[in-house]
Amino acid sequence: MSAETVPSPTALTPRAVTRARRKAALGRFARAYALHRAGLFGLAILATFALAALLAPVLFPRAMLDITQTVNNEALAAPSSEFWLGTDENGRSVLAVLVWAARASLVVGIAASLISMILGTLVGICSGHYSGLFGSALQRLTDWFLVIPFIPLVVVLAAVLGQRGLGTIVLVLGVTSWPGTARLVRAQTLSVEGRPYLERAKVLGGSDWQQMSRHVLPNVMPLVLANTTITVAIVILSETTLAFLGLSDPFLDSWGTMLDNATGAGAASTGAWWYLLPPGICVILVVLAFTLIGRALEAVLDPRLRER
Amino acid sequence: MAVDTATAVAASAAPRTGGLRRFVGYRLLSGLGTLVFVLLFNFFLFRMLPGDPAARYRAVKNISAADLARIRAELNAPLLQQFWDYLRDPLALNGISAWKGQPVWDLVGGRAWPTVVLLGASTVVSVLIGVWVGIKAGWNRGSRFDKVSTGVTLLFYATPEFWLGLLLIMCLSSGIGPFPGIFPSGGVIDSGIEPLSVDGALSVAEHTVLPATALGAVYLAEYSLIMRASMVDELGQEYLTTARAKGLMDHAVRRRHAVPNASLPTITLIFLNIGFIIGGAITVETVFSYPGLGLLTFEAVSEQDFVLMQALFLVFTGSVIAFNIVADIIIAVLDPRIRT
Repeated sequence: MSAETVPSPTALTPRAVTRARRKAALGRFARAYALHRAGLFGLAILATFALAALLAPVLFPRAMLDITQTVNNEALAAPSSEFWLGTDENGRSVLAVLVWAARASLVVGIAASLISMILGTLVGICSGHYSGLFGSALQRLTDWFLVIPFIPLVVVLAAVLGQRGLGTIVLVLGVTSWPGTARLVRAQTLSVEGRPYLERAKVLGGSDWQQMSRHVLPNVMPLVLANTTITVAIVILSETTLAFLGLSDPFLDSWGTMLDNATGAGAASTGAWWYLLPPGICVILVVLAFTLIGRALEAVLDPRLRER
Repeated sequence: MAVDTATAVAASAAPRTGGLRRFVGYRLLSGLGTLVFVLLFNFFLFRMLPGDPAARYRAVKNISAADLARIRAELNAPLLQQFWDYLRDPLALNGISAWKGQPVWDLVGGRAWPTVVLLGASTVVSVLIGVWVGIKAGWNRGSRFDKVSTGVTLLFYATPEFWLGLLLIMCLSSGIGPFPGIFPSGGVIDSGIEPLSVDGALSVAEHTVLPATALGAVYLAEYSLIMRASMVDELGQEYLTTARAKGLMDHAVRRRHAVPNASLPTITLIFLNIGFIIGGAITVETVFSYPGLGLLTFEAVSEQDFVLMQALFLVFTGSVIAFNIVADIIIAVLDPRIRT
C-alpha cells in the first residue's frame, strides 16, 4: 500500500516498514488536523492551562493556600496590585487558588475519562464481537445505563460512597460515563467485523482475543480517542457540579469547590465578581478546549464529517 | 379509512398501521425491561451504604417510637425480605424521611410542580431560539451568522448552568452598582398568594425567569448545533432543487421542504434531553432556592436522607424512560421508515 514511503530498501525489516508507515500516517494526520483552526485554538487553550497547572508550585508557593497563613489578609478584597484577582473569604489570593485548582480539575477529568474509555471500549468491542447471548446482554446493559440520568446518578453515587477523596470522585465519574463510548465502539466494531480482513483472520484460526485486539481495536481506537476527548469535557463539567454541591473533597481546591465556597460566602449577593467569574471562565475555557479538540479529531478521523 | 375499497391499498396500508402498533408495543415492552433493571439497580445502589442506616433517624425529633421500631425492623430484615418490601413500594410512598421525619411522598409530591414549570419553560424557550438559530446558521452555512452563532453556542455548551445562574443573581437580582435588582432570587412564588390565580401565575413567572434562562441557555446550544447539522445534511438534497425548479422562493423552500425533514433529530433530542435537564435542575434550583425536586435532591444529599434520595432517583429515571418511549413513538409516527 504505502511501500513508497519506506525510506531505504536496505533496511526493509518488518519493524522498519511499520515504523515508516506509522510515521507517514501521523504526518498526514497532523497536516489534516492543522487545517482545523478551531482545533488548534483548543489545543492552545489546553496547553496554556496545562502549563499553568504544572507550574503552580513555582508561580504560587503552597503556603499561599494555607488559611492559617492568610488570616491577616483582608477577606473578599477587590482586585489590587498585590492580589490581581482579589481575595477569597479566607484572605487567600483568588489567582493562586485558581491556578492550583486547575490541577484538580485536569487530573480528575483525564483520569476519570481514561477509566471510562477502557470500560467503554471493552464493553463495546465485546458486545460487537460476540453475537450470542453474551454480546446482546452487554448491549442491553449499555442501553440500560444510557437511560439513567447522568448527574442524578453521579450525585447519588457520590453521596452513597461517602468518603470524598479525589480517588472516589475519579471512580464515580469514571464508572458512570462509559455507556456513550460503549455504544459508539459497538457500532464501529460491527462495521469493522464485516470487512474481509476479519474474515481472513477468522479463516486462519485467529482466536477471539486476537481478532479483537489485533484487528478491531486498532481500527476503533482513533474514534475512541476523539470520543474520550469530548468525555473529558463532560467529566470536568460534572466534577464542577459535584464539587459545587459539596460532594467533592472539601480540602481539595477545584474550580467547583471555589464556586461552592464563593456561594457560601455570599459572593453573588455582595457582588464579589472577582471570586465568582474566574473559576467559571476557567471551566468554560477548558471544557471548550476539549470540545473543540474532540470535534476536530472527529472531523479528521471520520471521513463522513469532512466537507462540513 | 377506506382501506377495504381496493385490495392493493389494503395490502400496502395494513402492514403499515400494524407496524406502528407492533412498534409501540415492542417499545413499551423494552421500556418495561429497562424499568425492571432500574428498580434492581436502585435497590442495590442504596444497600452499598456503610454504617447503620437506622442511626440516621435518631436525630429526627418528631418521629414516633413506633415508627423508629418499624424502620429498624425493616432494616434488620433479610435482604430478600427487604427487596420484596421495596418492590411493593418502590417510590417509598410510606417510607419515612430521615430528614423531616414525615412520609417521603408528601415531600416529593409537593415539590413536583415547580420543577415541571421550570423544565417546561426552559425547554420551550431553548427549543424556539435554538431551532431558529440552527435553521438560519445551517441554511447559510459558512456565513458570518453561522460562524458567530456556532462560536457562541459552543461557549454556552461549555458553561455550567449554575454558574450562569450565579451571574444572573449577581446582575439582575442583587443589582450591580447603581442598578437595582429586578428579579427575586429565591422561591417560586411570593408567600400568601394562591398559585392558581392570575397573581399567582405572574408571581411564579417572575420567579421562574432567571432559573429558566440559566437552564435554557445551555440546552439552546445543543438544539441549535443539532438543527444546524441536520439542515446542512439536507442542503444538497435533490428535492430542494425540485422545489426551487418549481419556482418557490428561497424562504418557502426552507420552511416547507428543508425544515420539516431536518427537524426529526431535534424532536428526538428534546425528549432525550430530559435526563440532562433534570441534572441541570439540581444545581440551578439549588442556586435559586427554587423549591422543586432538584433542590429537594440537594437537601436529601446534604441531610444524608437516603430514603428520599432513592425515591427521587426513581422518579427521575422513570421520567427519563417515559420520555424516551414518547420520543421513539413520535418519531415512528412522523417518519414511517423507522418502524421496523
